[in-house]
Amino acid sequence: MNNVFVYIEIEDGAIADVSLELLTKGKKLAQQLGKKLEAIAIGSKLEGIEKHLFPYGVDVVHIADDKRLAPYTTLPHNKIVCEIFKNEQPEIALFGATSVGRDLAPRICSTTGSGLTADCTSLEIGDHTDPKTKTEYKNLLYQIRPAFGGNIIATIINPETRPQIATVREGVMKQEIFDAKYTGQVKVIDVKNLLNKEDFVVQVIEREIEKSKLNLKAAPIIVAGGYGVGSKENFKLLHDLAEVLGGEVAASRAAVDSGFAEHERQVGQTGVTVRPKLYIACGISGAVQHTAGMAESALVISINNDANAPINTIADYTIIGDLNDVLPKMIKYYKQNTK
Amino acid sequence: MGLKILVLAKQVPDTRNVGQDAMKSDGTVNRAALPAIFNPEDLNALEQALQLKDKFPGSTVEIITMGPTRAAEIIREAMYRGADGGYLITDRAFAGSDTLATSYTISLAVKKIKEFDVILAGRQAIDGDTAQVGPQVSEKVGIPQITYAEEIKGIENNVITVKRRLERGIEVVKCPLPVLITVHSSAADCRSRNTKLTMKYKRAKTLTELQEAGMDYEGFYKTRPYLTIKEWTADDLNPNPNCLGLTGSPTKVKNIENVVLTAKETVHLTSDDKDIDFLMRELIANHTIG
Repeated sequence: MNNVFVYIEIEDGAIADVSLELLTKGKKLAQQLGKKLEAIAIGSKLEGIEKHLFPYGVDVVHIADDKRLAPYTTLPHNKIVCEIFKNEQPEIALFGATSVGRDLAPRICSTTGSGLTADCTSLEIGDHTDPKTKTEYKNLLYQIRPAFGGNIIATIINPETRPQIATVREGVMKQEIFDAKYTGQVKVIDVKNLLNKEDFVVQVIEREIEKSKLNLKAAPIIVAGGYGVGSKENFKLLHDLAEVLGGEVAASRAAVDSGFAEHERQVGQTGVTVRPKLYIACGISGAVQHTAGMAESALVISINNDANAPINTIADYTIIGDLNDVLPKMIKYYKQNTK
Repeated sequence: MGLKILVLAKQVPDTRNVGQDAMKSDGTVNRAALPAIFNPEDLNALEQALQLKDKFPGSTVEIITMGPTRAAEIIREAMYRGADGGYLITDRAFAGSDTLATSYTISLAVKKIKEFDVILAGRQAIDGDTAQVGPQVSEKVGIPQITYAEEIKGIENNVITVKRRLERGIEVVKCPLPVLITVHSSAADCRSRNTKLTMKYKRAKTLTELQEAGMDYEGFYKTRPYLTIKEWTADDLNPNPNCLGLTGSPTKVKNIENVVLTAKETVHLTSDDKDIDFLMRELIANHTIG
């Protein structure tokens, strides 16, 4: 009872990175609370999946294995998770902020009447005193996220309702094995008796999921463009520099929304979180929603024609100037100096 | 076959133009201080609704929105583009609602309307980006949900086929009606205003708006029922008061911090050749690149 739960996302038999990242964070939260970490794996052909989960410090794996449970559809997954929650009364439950997690978590919260915070960038344990009633709450989950166009950072709490539920984007939390030899217990869900025909009214008739070719998280060097790049054509310059330096091209939300770059290149709170050796921010003003996704870069260069762009304050180098001028020069002097 | 279509829409503060007074001391949004717009993905949802109306003559499209009096603006905007009318759900008792309290309130309105085939909503609103209200309304109304829709491919024998846009691909699903669908920004853009409809509906108003404007309801509006935007308060919905507004919201804002970026020791350069040359030499020397 009152443990920390993580919903495990499974695509084609593989566990999503975001789920392993959440287990890593979930273990830390569970240890702080003196509670156990439990995982929920729902899908088809899941035999042996627990072996991949235990090393993250998982104490209990709940498995619901049935061929009708993959690919994911909302209603059966919702029913299984709600049933587990009813029996186990979790303190905290974490979901990936993916197209599955963002479909499922709100439905669960509506069923259980729990609070839900989307796209958290940080999770901590802390106390709270209600300013009006002076009621004291111990060991709440602080769900921390940028809000309101990135102009503020909000700490959200759920004082009364359990579980406290949060979604987190892929790459925001770090993924670490807790103990390679760690082992726990498996609890098998009686799917046949729990689910009925009505739970399967939504049918998937076609599915094309590409394995992402782009891996921003693994790129040692990222050349990122913002709205200030101005056009899709100008993004070509960023690709040129990235190619020469052996990096990848990323973009801010404003650049993606304007159609300058593909969505999978988006860095920030609602995109990918990256920690490269070098992050070159081109024409990015630096709203906190963006910096939330790149602030842990080892070295940041900001190229901007606005000397007052907020991102300049977290940059190690600022270059005030025009991208069309600066980027070709960077290529030129890189080549000249590495000859 | 005419469909009864409901579109959930929200008037949102334009988060691209946030000033100092945007937040109140209790951590909720000071809506009065911000320009208000039609939430972009709700326009994508409206377009899907209007396309269904085009395809199935006799269909009706009605907007449901929860907000202050001025939120009636987006109902009118939707009517200029082809919607038939709408419901403004408005009451001080709803103030401070989080997504759960909001979806509870909206679900009561949907249940009161009772007859519908399809509920459409934008995937998420730009003021919170939570994408929660759609699935939560769907659960409370007790119907299936299809999120991240890009295209409604058709309806046959009361079964709808929808293409979904996922992070790394697409999925086509089918589901019997009624269903709630949330629409992704990759779906078709909303058509613009229709001149005739704009003329027809420019005087469409809620009762409160009429009273504020001091207009004669009895005369002009009685003979033109299509100009009345329905307005429901908490009393019309017979709610459990513990589920409304701040009281009905399990999430509380503990703390708000303005964003302060911590300054580093920054090297300031220009686009001069010697500066760029210096930078590239330094990056190579410390093995960041090369």
